[in-house]
Amino acid sequence: MTLLSPEEWGIVALSLRVSAVAMLGCLPLAFALAWLLARRRFPGMILLDALVHLPLVLPPVVIGWLLLLAFGTHGPAGRLLADTLGLTFMFRWTGAALASAVMALPLMVRVIRLSLEAIDSRLEDAARTLGAGPWRCFFSITLPLARPGLLAGLVLGFARSLGEFGATITFVASIPGETQTLPLAIFAALQVPGGDAEVARLAFVSIVLSLGALVASETLVRRGIDRQRAGRPHAL
Amino acid sequence: MPSEPAFAIDVAVMRGTTPIAACFTTPPGLTALFGHSGAGKTTVLNMIAGLLRPDRGRIAVAGEVLFDSAAGINLPPEARACGYVFQDIRLFPHRRVRDNLLYGWRLAQPARRWITPTEVIDFLGIGDLLDRAPRTLSGGEAQRVAIGRALLSGPRVLLMDEPLSSLDAARRGEIMTLIERIRDELQLPILYVSHDRAEVERLAQTVVPMGDS
Repeated sequence: MTLLSPEEWGIVALSLRVSAVAMLGCLPLAFALAWLLARRRFPGMILLDALVHLPLVLPPVVIGWLLLLAFGTHGPAGRLLADTLGLTFMFRWTGAALASAVMALPLMVRVIRLSLEAIDSRLEDAARTLGAGPWRCFFSITLPLARPGLLAGLVLGFARSLGEFGATITFVASIPGETQTLPLAIFAALQVPGGDAEVARLAFVSIVLSLGALVASETLVRRGIDRQRAGRPHAL
Repeated sequence: MPSEPAFAIDVAVMRGTTPIAACFTTPPGLTALFGHSGAGKTTVLNMIAGLLRPDRGRIAVAGEVLFDSAAGINLPPEARACGYVFQDIRLFPHRRVRDNLLYGWRLAQPARRWITPTEVIDFLGIGDLLDRAPRTLSGGEAQRVAIGRALLSGPRVLLMDEPLSSLDAARRGEIMTLIERIRDELQLPILYVSHDRAEVERLAQTVVPMGDS
């Protein structure tokens, strides 16, 4: 391809890898949190809701600093993961994925939670009276009906994490080929005299990826709503 | 030999500030829970089905105790074998008619199944609908599928909550005939919730009044 140089393709590939890994790691946690917040009433719920949303409103540099404290070489979580799984984050692309995951979490939880709240729990009641236990009911009714919302959350979170900058640069710095994702590379190119053309090319790629993800996410959400409505044409 | 009661119910529950209580025993056949809306008829069905826990009381269906607050018995809905036909139908929107029908049948232990899918499909006349999505069905068609889905789950009794309320007059007659056939040909005890006197007079062998009593 003539649009981008091999180094620039490398940046795009690294960004996609970081975001993909971030989403895979984030999805189970996001779904569990969304389910808790949508379906359960428990003490401390408002606090949990606020904690989940914190990355949305905190300065990203603070999130990056907190990640340094927790997952750095001397941080408790960092030491534990290094000792047990041999997993390290400092100055590595895995750290960029972790920062992206944390920053994308609130967005994913929101989207998935909305889709779970839209599911008619009377359908789950019907499944129970037909002989389905709670788990079978979850996997045969709840999860399939939540699937468009899950995918929408995944795509939106992916787009969000492609744009992640502040927490990443604070936590794992901007190391070409390791932690320098698209936004970090754009920022670096801006510092170099004559880097304008590279900035423009990378920014163009950013816009295309983000726009594509937003369109895909919106399409999935709409499909989910149609599907829900389709279930009760007679009652309403 | 006197047959055991189809339903032996004695329950009480608070719904908000409204106390709802019911105490009755029914012979086999169709029993109507009859009363104005808001009397708690659906609440009673939900307690029998296991969707709502009574504050106290006892529920026995076809001789088996499903709930007994004194003895600490409370079977989950999936263990109660009560077929439930809902007022709002509740077909699964993401599954075709065939998969809706077979949902409970696949889950039922083979010994529990007393009717086959072919028999139910013939009985209800829904052979042409099997590949359709629920959203494409008319009200009468959807209600037939919902009844078939409940019958195929291997129930010991059928709970029906105003099954005619979403239908026009012509469809009402059809479904009423169907309910009579379930009562007489399949010999399935039915607890039928309604606020319509004509419906109750035509279908019910026993009437349990609710509210204002």
